Amino acid sequence: MREFDLVIVGGGPAGMAAAVSARENGLENIVILERDSELGGILNQCIHNGFGLHTFKEELTGPEYAERYAEKVNSMGIPYETDTMVLNISKDRVVTLLSKGRGVEDIRAKSVILAMGCRERPRGALNIPGYRPQGVYTAGTAQKLVNCEGYLPGKEVVILGSGDIGLIMARRMTLEGAHVAAVAELMPYSSGLKRNIVQCLDDYGIPLLLSHTVVDIKGKEKLEGVVIAQVDSKNAPIAGTEKFYPCDTLLLSCGLIPENELSKNCGVEIDPRTNGPLVDEGLETSIDGVFACGNVLHVHDLVDFVSEESARAGASAAEFVKRGCTADSTEPVKVIPQNGVRYTVPSQIHTAELTGDVHIRFRVTGVFKDCAIVVKAGENELLRRKSRILVPSEMQDIIIRQDKLAEVGEDICVEIEEV
Amino acid sequence: MYDVIIIGGGVTGCAAAAELAKYQLNVCLVEKESDVCEGTSKANSAIVHAGFDAEPDTLKAKLNVRGNAMIAELSKKLDFAFKNNGAMVLCFEEEKLADLEKLCEKGEKNGVAGLEILSGDEARAREPRLSKEVKYALYAPTSGIVCPFEMTLAFAENAYANGVEFRLSTEVTAIDKISDGWKITTDKGEISGRYIFNCAGVYADRIAEMANAGGFRIIPRKGEYMLMDKDAGGTVSHTIFQLPTKMGKGVLVTPTVHGNLLVGPTAEDIDDKENTATTAGGLAEIRAKSALSVEGLPFGKVITGFTGLRAVGDTNDFIINEGAEGFFNAAGIESPGLTSAPAIAEMLREMLSKKTDLSPKTDHIDTREGVVHFAELSREEQNALIAKDPTYGNIVCRCETITEGEIRDAINRPLGAVTLDGVKRRTRAGMGRCQAGFCSPKTILLLAEKLGCGIGGVRKTGREEVQKDA
Repeated sequence: MREFDLVIVGGGPAGMAAAVSARENGLENIVILERDSELGGILNQCIHNGFGLHTFKEELTGPEYAERYAEKVNSMGIPYETDTMVLNISKDRVVTLLSKGRGVEDIRAKSVILAMGCRERPRGALNIPGYRPQGVYTAGTAQKLVNCEGYLPGKEVVILGSGDIGLIMARRMTLEGAHVAAVAELMPYSSGLKRNIVQCLDDYGIPLLLSHTVVDIKGKEKLEGVVIAQVDSKNAPIAGTEKFYPCDTLLLSCGLIPENELSKNCGVEIDPRTNGPLVDEGLETSIDGVFACGNVLHVHDLVDFVSEESARAGASAAEFVKRGCTADSTEPVKVIPQNGVRYTVPSQIHTAELTGDVHIRFRVTGVFKDCAIVVKAGENELLRRKSRILVPSEMQDIIIRQDKLAEVGEDICVEIEEV
Repeated sequence: MYDVIIIGGGVTGCAAAAELAKYQLNVCLVEKESDVCEGTSKANSAIVHAGFDAEPDTLKAKLNVRGNAMIAELSKKLDFAFKNNGAMVLCFEEEKLADLEKLCEKGEKNGVAGLEILSGDEARAREPRLSKEVKYALYAPTSGIVCPFEMTLAFAENAYANGVEFRLSTEVTAIDKISDGWKITTDKGEISGRYIFNCAGVYADRIAEMANAGGFRIIPRKGEYMLMDKDAGGTVSHTIFQLPTKMGKGVLVTPTVHGNLLVGPTAEDIDDKENTATTAGGLAEIRAKSALSVEGLPFGKVITGFTGLRAVGDTNDFIINEGAEGFFNAAGIESPGLTSAPAIAEMLREMLSKKTDLSPKTDHIDTREGVVHFAELSREEQNALIAKDPTYGNIVCRCETITEGEIRDAINRPLGAVTLDGVKRRTRAGMGRCQAGFCSPKTILLLAEKLGCGIGGVRKTGREEVQKDA
């Protein structure tokens, strides 16, 4: 059985950044396992620009951003195996993989980093009534067809959901010659980034219909149109507001789901709020030596944040191996999201054994104006950060200094205070 | 001139084709869609019913019990998924116990073995997630679950291997009596045959009318369903029915043979024989009713909803008769039609044997091998397969662990898939939690390569033949 210090499942931005960091932190015997035929993951189909502003201080396309990391992986001589699917990860870190060349194979890992990314919520999960014709795609599937296969799925388009991929695809389909009639969003606010609404919808005169949803899909074999209706404050369609939009393509951008089937089979505890693993400050899951980062952990808006987070996972895995594969023995404190905070990553912190400052990432539950992010341990306020506006579409990243945490022995609460 | 022309490539028509193919007959099956299993057979509860529901002495009762007894062996010979998981019919009101007892008696009259009435606690002991409101349950150990696509395809492929000719994308437009049989006019030309089997599902009344062999009506009864992720598949292990309640006819909750959880169906009689749309009301009804059987069903794990049309006849029974000289109807094949299919096929063959001599073929093949299910093989078998054909080492559908080799087999085999839905029914690629988001671009390319068309020529489903170079 082949043995590795670190096996990284997934060669997208998370997996690559984790590998680079693990190597920088002294791990030699690493392998990245990638199911596609090249490194890069979903970035390879994201040919628009806007990536890398934080990491490289310049605007790159998705493939360019991926290439920067792939070059690092190559120049550091980190091995990777493409066209390789991980079928199972056991609790004692035996990883079962499948490839054309080696068949089904078990390998042994001292540590594992989960970096499988996420998938899009499909139409069926949205319970949209109507027929099931050709012409209904998740935005990412359409993106793959347009950008990688050179095939435009349709000419007259409606988009449901204002997630970032949907917004990007509104512009992409327009540039390819299609007409995008509207983007309907169930919520009273968009789930996409402000800059994408401006650059992908406003600039092209594409209407964003907030508090609207698709209530019927017409066309038995091929899509003929959709009915869009306004919804009330309980998200129920309002009778009389229905409008028919003839279209041959419906794109869905209604949420991303971390892809944790391997994690669950391994016994990793999942946070129902993120659908990702519960992790500590080192991004270690409930299984010793198994770490998670990137969109498999929680869905990010910016790849730059993925890279930063994944570098921390890589460093933690290296430390775990160097420590002789023993788990942190100290008792952690919990991090509790409350009052306007939907979740936090991490969900617990080993305050007694910190080796640096601690990032806490979270999303808010709604739109908050003129407010403050407050982090407290009992009466002890660890951080207070004022904010003009907080929206659910933007992940928040706060850093708590190590010296402030060192003495903390009780649960830490993260909340939004309206000023 | 064919000996027999079968109209309709659903489970009834395909089972009849496989049955006739045992004899020295020249048989042709005509189907308007581009694949078999495109109507009622693809969208139903996928249950092998025990047979307690039908009125005694009806065709439904007899053929159900007979079909139930045949399917286990057929599933082995013809390689389709079947599991004998048992069923329960739940009773929520003390005063309805008499109804449950009547159902039990009816089943016993029909020859259903092993029926027993359980108390609510006994039922919950066998099926822990059942609602506290369950007072009694009828337990039917012979009930089962099946893959309806594989079952229909298995009959079709076996029939094909034994010489039945399949004319797909061929719609019957007229039927005329001729001196030695029948002439069928289709959109692809004329075909004639000595005998006709009308297995046309929701259209069986129209087909029968064309030949003046009808006098019955088929009312499409719409049934909406929700399918849940395999994560939820273990919620129940039996098929859970309900006695009718104040809310009307009940819905079922059942594991599928592939480990998902299926809830539904609604029951609404409609006029439109093509209306397979789901509705907000229908989906809401399923949620409300299924919650009576099992509390806390994980509706957040729904991966798709779909609608099937049951072909309900206006006689309260299957309509299996010789509607005109040499023209046989197998109509009104609603539930338990899937279970009954092999028994209906036997009955049709029996009726035919009274008209013409049937001599068995000496070289009949009674087995069929389906597309291999890579994920279900042992490690040794998997590696042996990859060594022989490396495309089995490439996963295309990650949710269901379906390999490129399986998809190529589904496309290349006789009566192979020509649409994305065809690939899905044969392999389960795209049937999982992401609902083909990741695999469809890859499957489209494999289909385009085989069909010799561009990406734009590959369809999800459909009647027409593929236009090359589209």
